[in-house]
Amino acid sequence: MKQPPQKKDGPPVASSVAASERGVDRPVEKERKKDLPPPRMQFDDESRVDKAKRRSLLNQPEARNRVELFRHLPPHKNGSQLPYLESKFFELHEMHPSVYKVGLQYLTGDTSGGNARCIAMLQAFQEAIRDYSTPPEKTLNRDLTSKIGGFVSFLIECRPLSMSMGNAIRFLKSRIARLPLTLSESEAKAALCSDIDRFINEKIVLADKVILRHAATKIRDGDVLLTYGSSCVVEMILLYAHEIGKQFRVVVVDSRPMLEGQKQLRRLVAKGLSCTYTQLNAISYVMHEVTRVFLGASSIFSNGTVYSRVGTASVAMVAHAFHVPVLVCCEAYKFHERVQLDSICFNELGDPDAVSKVPGREDVNYLDNLTDKQKENLQLLNLKYDATPSDYISVIVTDYGMIPPTSVPVIVREYRKEYLLI
Amino acid sequence: MPDTQALVNDFISKLKKRKIEGSQATAKQTAELLRSVISQTRVPYTNQAAALIQSVKAVGERLIAANPVELAVGNVVRRVLHIIREEDLSLTTAAMAGLNLSAVSDDEDDADRDNQPVLSAAAIAAASRSTLRPPSLQTLLEDVPDSAAIPHTSSSGGDSEGKSKSADKSSRSRKLKHDVIEAVNELIQDISTCHEQIAEQAVEHIHQNEVILTLGSSRTVLEFLCAAKEKKRSFRVFVSEGAPRYQGHLLAKELVMRGLQTTLITDSAVFAMISRVNMVIVGAHAVMANGGVIAPVGLNMVALAAQKHAVPFVVLAGSHKLCPLYPHHPEVLLNELRSPSELLDFGEFSDCLDFGSGIGAPLLHVVNPTFDYVQPKLVSLFITDTGGHNPSYIGEMYRLFVVSACGEGMNFKSEIMRTNCIAEGNFVKSSIRMRGINFFGKLEDRKSQFFCGCGEM
Repeated sequence: MKQPPQKKDGPPVASSVAASERGVDRPVEKERKKDLPPPRMQFDDESRVDKAKRRSLLNQPEARNRVELFRHLPPHKNGSQLPYLESKFFELHEMHPSVYKVGLQYLTGDTSGGNARCIAMLQAFQEAIRDYSTPPEKTLNRDLTSKIGGFVSFLIECRPLSMSMGNAIRFLKSRIARLPLTLSESEAKAALCSDIDRFINEKIVLADKVILRHAATKIRDGDVLLTYGSSCVVEMILLYAHEIGKQFRVVVVDSRPMLEGQKQLRRLVAKGLSCTYTQLNAISYVMHEVTRVFLGASSIFSNGTVYSRVGTASVAMVAHAFHVPVLVCCEAYKFHERVQLDSICFNELGDPDAVSKVPGREDVNYLDNLTDKQKENLQLLNLKYDATPSDYISVIVTDYGMIPPTSVPVIVREYRKEYLLI
Repeated sequence: MPDTQALVNDFISKLKKRKIEGSQATAKQTAELLRSVISQTRVPYTNQAAALIQSVKAVGERLIAANPVELAVGNVVRRVLHIIREEDLSLTTAAMAGLNLSAVSDDEDDADRDNQPVLSAAAIAAASRSTLRPPSLQTLLEDVPDSAAIPHTSSSGGDSEGKSKSADKSSRSRKLKHDVIEAVNELIQDISTCHEQIAEQAVEHIHQNEVILTLGSSRTVLEFLCAAKEKKRSFRVFVSEGAPRYQGHLLAKELVMRGLQTTLITDSAVFAMISRVNMVIVGAHAVMANGGVIAPVGLNMVALAAQKHAVPFVVLAGSHKLCPLYPHHPEVLLNELRSPSELLDFGEFSDCLDFGSGIGAPLLHVVNPTFDYVQPKLVSLFITDTGGHNPSYIGEMYRLFVVSACGEGMNFKSEIMRTNCIAEGNFVKSSIRMRGINFFGKLEDRKSQFFCGCGEM
């Protein structure tokens, strides 16, 4: 199964050395080819879908009522697969149990959010690496890389990768590839585990602390801050600013079907912040009194487009219309060299039934009693992400500082080489 | 009239408790109530229109106060008042036309009105001719004779009214009420059939293979889309669910039952999908005089997204939704906040509601507004039962009317406010002004004449 964005085969150092032997213009071509992200799995191509089905572990759900515009995206796999997977737990010998566990957590939605998913995956890989032993007649580099590839394909089946996870996998594979061949197996494994720890520490934990410091300078007393959905970074910023004594109010905007804002609301109120809660539709009503908007992101593309939870684009647009500054808080490891113009070319589809059913409100379940013939005409669309154009964003707060959206490709180019050379 | 009082009180309590849903139902019931009020009002022989207007105004003020956010009530009350004045005017002019032009002033009725000069027969004839025919370009250019004629016509109107009263009192009294009630019946008929008239225009605006976006549910939009489907246009509809009332689910069900390809999306996905949409068609709660729209919550977000992607934003509104008021701070003043239980389950969040800040105020506020205000510059087109209009045209009509009244030294608003205590003459004066503007603005048909009923009562 073809991997989405991040797989790069072969050590880049070796290839460029080989290329320089052949001429000057070749390395340029190879570099350019490597820079282009590899094409994604095409789900509207019948032959490829069939091939993937034969190799996959999960039963693919029947494509019922798929929205035409999104036929190129994988359909949602919901938690009903869970019993089937649990029964196969002892049958999959090539799958490490911690990776399996993480996959199941993704499938059911217990682990969600870019940072949480990335950390869970990396820690599972650490466990797998510790338990790994090189089979005879194989080198550590190649075999471990292919094993990691197998793990990744399983995780993708459970839930498509987020950008943060993709970048982390790319880092790990490049670290494996750059291991000196002179190292013994235990030394190599220890080096890899410590690299993973460093990655998590530097790119996520410390980066978050730096972002907190930067963002807290943008909060003044008397501010009314608006946040959308549930972003761990934004929540940390609000709690930190409250701790250092700033006086402000928070407006938590939430939307269906995930209603993530409710969990964040509960945590904020428990810490003593004064909060207002509303639904996305009422954003024009509350925006009059809002002074700053803080948003999280799943990834930021090279053209400055922010790829984040669906509805973020609407929030940013309305804030822009009311002249309220929008601050996006995102760690730099989530930046990606892809570009995207709209939310349709690449997205993730959620459970369509979550749209038609409203939990807790029996009076509004109008779509319960439809005949099959009528259901043919009805399609349900549950998008998970959307792309916010860069002109709605005022500033992006990263661990490299506060940058405008136009500086994202610079960070990608300059600092991406950094973790190849740690 | 105890039975009308009971009806009125019952309706007022329904309005206060927000039992009546939707501006069409409200408008229809208001019109029916006013019809029964008019039929029950006992009118004196003189100043009939004043008595009717008085009783309608009294009831109307109470109705508007019961639910100030439901603007359709005020619109209907103003239209009924306008109907009364119009019918009164048409009866007067008919009486004047049929009357002999030999004018003998009737002294016994002089005490009833303002001091007005007694005129010669020629002047009365000229005046009556000028009221019956619209002023020509020549009379416009020769400004003086026309303006001199008008105040005289008012007095002559008053005189002739006195004569006509003395001539045929009893039949006229019955006729005014009868005419008014007929006209109110027409108004009720218009309100009931506004959907069909708007839906007739559907084919002009929807082409083949079109993709349409709408939010929430509106009966006008449903009939509009179904009319286009009847005429064999094939198109797809994206329906946004419109939390927290989820009326989009209802609309999606209706459309699916009639065989339209429908996709139900969440409100958060509107910005993502709107780039692939050809047109946004929505209903409105009320349309203000500047062309701004009071719409169900969430539509401002949709309108901004449509503007960003250059997608036409079309608002369907029956004429009972057109309101002559200008909005000031409409998000707050013309909005209603609904129960927070639609957003948060109290059982889940009762522990959060216990937390308090130092001053004892709760830490958690929940905001659930019903309406949104959409600025006129975001709307591409209004489709009403009279046809398609630009947002500026809607405001233009009100402005055109008020300015012309001012130009002749009289503010129609103040005119209406004084109608309570001014005699017949001024009614006719103001009615003639309306008639003049009707000619210039080409508002000949009765349906559009509601514009003239504007201003405070």
